[in-house]
Amino acid sequence: MTDAAVSLTTKKDWTSDQEVRWCPGCGDYGILLAVQTLMPELGVKPENTVFISGIGCSSRFPYYMNTYGMHGIHGRAPALATGVAVARPDLDVWVVTGDGDALSIGGNHLIHALRRNVNLTILLFNNRIYGLTKGQYSPTSELGKVTKSTPMGSVDHPFNPLALALGAEASFVARTHDLDRKHMMDTFRAAHAHRGSSFIEILQNCNVFNDGAFDEVTSRQKREEMMIDLHHGEPIRFGKDGHAGVIMGDDGQLRIVEVAEVGADAILKHDAHRNDPSLAFALARLSNGDSATSQSTWLPTPFGVFRDVVRADYSSMVSAQFTEAVSKKGPGDLKKLLKSAGTWQVN
Amino acid sequence: MPLVLRCVCEEVLSNSPGLIDMTDTVENKSAPETISRVVVRFAGDSGDGMQLTGDRFTSASAMFGNDLSTFPDFPAEIRAPAGTVNGVSSFQVQISEHDITTPGDNSNVLVVMNPAALMADIDRLEQGGLLIVNRDNFVERDLLKVGYETNPLEDGSLANYRVVEVPMTTLTIQATASLGVKPRMAERSKNFFALGMISWLYSRPRESTLDWIKSRFKDEDVRNVNTAAFNAGFHFGETTELFDHPFQVLPAHMPAGEYTNITGNMALAWGLVAAGQLAKLPVFLGSYPITPASDILHELSKNKNFAVRTVQAEDEIAAAGMALGAAFAGHLGVTATSGPGLALKSETLSLAVSLELPMLLIDIQRGGPSTGLPTKTEAADLNIAMFGRHAEAPLPIVAAYSPHHCFDAIIEAARIALKYRTPVIFLSDGYIANGSEPWKLPDVASLPDISVDFQTEFNHVAKDGSNVYWPYLRDPKTLARPWAIPGTPGLMHRVGGLEKQDGTGDIDYTPINHEKMVRLRAAKIAGIASDIPLAEIVGDADADVCILGWGSTWAAIDAAVQRTRRRGHKVAWIHLMHLSPLPPNLGELLRGFKKVIVPELNLGQLCRIVRAEYLVDAQVVSKVQGLPFTSTELENAIGSALGVFNTNQNGVDQ
Ligand code: SF4
Repeated sequence: MTDAAVSLTTKKDWTSDQEVRWCPGCGDYGILLAVQTLMPELGVKPENTVFISGIGCSSRFPYYMNTYGMHGIHGRAPALATGVAVARPDLDVWVVTGDGDALSIGGNHLIHALRRNVNLTILLFNNRIYGLTKGQYSPTSELGKVTKSTPMGSVDHPFNPLALALGAEASFVARTHDLDRKHMMDTFRAAHAHRGSSFIEILQNCNVFNDGAFDEVTSRQKREEMMIDLHHGEPIRFGKDGHAGVIMGDDGQLRIVEVAEVGADAILKHDAHRNDPSLAFALARLSNGDSATSQSTWLPTPFGVFRDVVRADYSSMVSAQFTEAVSKKGPGDLKKLLKSAGTWQVN
Repeated sequence: MPLVLRCVCEEVLSNSPGLIDMTDTVENKSAPETISRVVVRFAGDSGDGMQLTGDRFTSASAMFGNDLSTFPDFPAEIRAPAGTVNGVSSFQVQISEHDITTPGDNSNVLVVMNPAALMADIDRLEQGGLLIVNRDNFVERDLLKVGYETNPLEDGSLANYRVVEVPMTTLTIQATASLGVKPRMAERSKNFFALGMISWLYSRPRESTLDWIKSRFKDEDVRNVNTAAFNAGFHFGETTELFDHPFQVLPAHMPAGEYTNITGNMALAWGLVAAGQLAKLPVFLGSYPITPASDILHELSKNKNFAVRTVQAEDEIAAAGMALGAAFAGHLGVTATSGPGLALKSETLSLAVSLELPMLLIDIQRGGPSTGLPTKTEAADLNIAMFGRHAEAPLPIVAAYSPHHCFDAIIEAARIALKYRTPVIFLSDGYIANGSEPWKLPDVASLPDISVDFQTEFNHVAKDGSNVYWPYLRDPKTLARPWAIPGTPGLMHRVGGLEKQDGTGDIDYTPINHEKMVRLRAAKIAGIASDIPLAEIVGDADADVCILGWGSTWAAIDAAVQRTRRRGHKVAWIHLMHLSPLPPNLGELLRGFKKVIVPELNLGQLCRIVRAEYLVDAQVVSKVQGLPFTSTELENAIGSALGVFNTNQNGVDQ
């Protein structure tokens, strides 16, 4: 994939001349840096790369990438991007969206892009709040969340973004967070290598309206005991010296256990390539998965690639029909088309 | 026409052999009487195959060389309860030996398959017209279902019509008995019996229909039953005395050339294929199923070998979004819909206005608001097309006036969109979309070149001396911005819905810049007026009264204007294809008339626009019944504007 000429791009080649306008300290900066640092490694050219976004803080992202880009309509980025990807399978198309953009106003477009498996890399910045409109609860905000629009606490049951994506049978589903550039880059790299829709939830801190939303899991002090790093083919263990792990109980439910109590052999091996998404779904619901709970009851939360399976991508299938039509009928001949319903001659 | 009264034809139940003896009458009958035009209406239950029957009669007539115009009229329900008035499906066609534009006001012949069809459509038959009835369905149960307390075939209520009762179901079952198929299957072919009968009555050559049955029906039994039913109907006409002789409508004197019979949606789909070829761009259609626009999606999906991509989107919004995404990527982006879908696509249109990218939105208008009358026609989306976006978001609007015109008009819409980098709304309606007419095929080589040049090089030198690309550096003449598509090295740029600086395209919220951009976008659209044909007067330029029309009212206005002028009155007519911007000379022309009347299938949307634009005292003539104007209605409207009243009730050419 990488050819010498292409790999010569540097981070600078991917950085636009626009002044970045997120609040100081916003998690979005870290994500932008991770993407701009990764791009030269991917062996792709800026001119063949397109970033499409909706509306919201995260959706300013395309302005900062020196690629082709479109800052679209609230919720509609997957639809706009589907048009780009289907029209031009030669392009590398990224979608940048947020929890409100992708899961509320644009929920329909997101699930349909995923089910079609359009060749898109979708980065969902989940900060569990509406930032740009100054702090209303979002579709991922926890029950009871007090915001300007919910002074008595939210009564809306939240979405679990990964469970939703898996429900739509997305072929690549992963989670990362804004504080770990290396983990983000590894995850984005794997997503980019995947043909079809890649969906990545990025836990992102909004330090102005929802500061510390993920501290219970991703802060330096908590990480070791609270983050479960998923690796394909390896037992799902975490904590100091891997003392904890995940097993499947007799009832089919996943549980967090002390490895010493159940024995290392009992620990579940992660299989991201399983076609059946039910295990990935169970992992998605392991803790943050149950986002109905309040922040104070976070449980250890899986990160990394949950699912990565091969499924024909939409853009290729559309192109294949296109090629098939030409090979069957020959390239279109307008004169013939106009006569195709039968004609008669008037002299 | 012959007067045939209440022939109850028991004798034919014994089938044709016994009737061969009647050769003396047959010979007499076989010389067809030549008539110049006829309007035939087929009406039956939704399940009776009336659209198919009408379509076939039309095709055979088209192949024969008649001029024609059709009007399919069917319910919104796929199968409303059988035998009810709500479930009646009709197809009207006028065939003629001279140039015609309408399917006729009232029909000369009405074929009804059941009492519901009689009740629904008897008012569409001229006084003294020929009414052909499937007598088998006029039994008590069917009559009561629609509320006939007495049998209209017997109570004298049809005395003003020439009624021919034919037991079509029985005859069809008999004619197909030897094929060994179930009576239920045979019964379903009764529409082919009716088609055969009418084909004989109007001397339509049988071959084209027989060939069509052969190719259309894959199942051998179905093919055989339909063929037998069609032939039986044809022979029935020939061998019974119900009709004393057939008629013929000679081929029309149309300009020499090769013709096809075309519906509006077909012409539109082919026009899009042509526009892609003429623009040298792939076509991308994003569409969501909606009546009466879905046929465009169907037809384009069949033509992928023309570099056409179609996506059936998850909703109307996505369909528009995909089209705009494809446009950003360098395709001719198109989305097709009807009124409710246009409402949903409004935000995407606004983004397209802001991005200044070419895109086509096709609106096949139907009765509304909301779901309204999904299968019936109306032209009441001009307001939303013109004004239905937030903020200042003007865009061009092009409207087709007849089925075949959709082909040229969509190419014109594409030309404007591509040249001016703007979304364009294209208006058609249910009447144009489903109606058909003969179309002289255009010389493909003479179609306009609408190709565009993508930007491939830097277009500006920055202060520091470096070469850069400015996505909003406009062409000084058209005010269109350059179009650089992904994949072009060096020209990477970002576009978006936020206000941008003219030239650089960088985000810019400054007050003066916003006003400048609002005015530039408006000036760009207004400037298109100098790039479209001037409005032209048809008829008498020195008349007192001018008809101003747009869209599908064309056919009825055309007939009404011709008749009025044949009566010796002066009338002028201007028909608009470009509704935004309007032709630059329109105001001046309209101000030259004492009266301007605007027939519209709405409550006066164009009328209000021309009053506001030009301060002329235009008056609307409205119709909102889900039906097109009849030419008589407009003839009478013109008559009253002229102060001359006429009593043309039947819509007959005089
Ligand atoms: S409001 Fe929150 S999410 Fe938006 S830029 Fe500021 S910190 Fe970031």
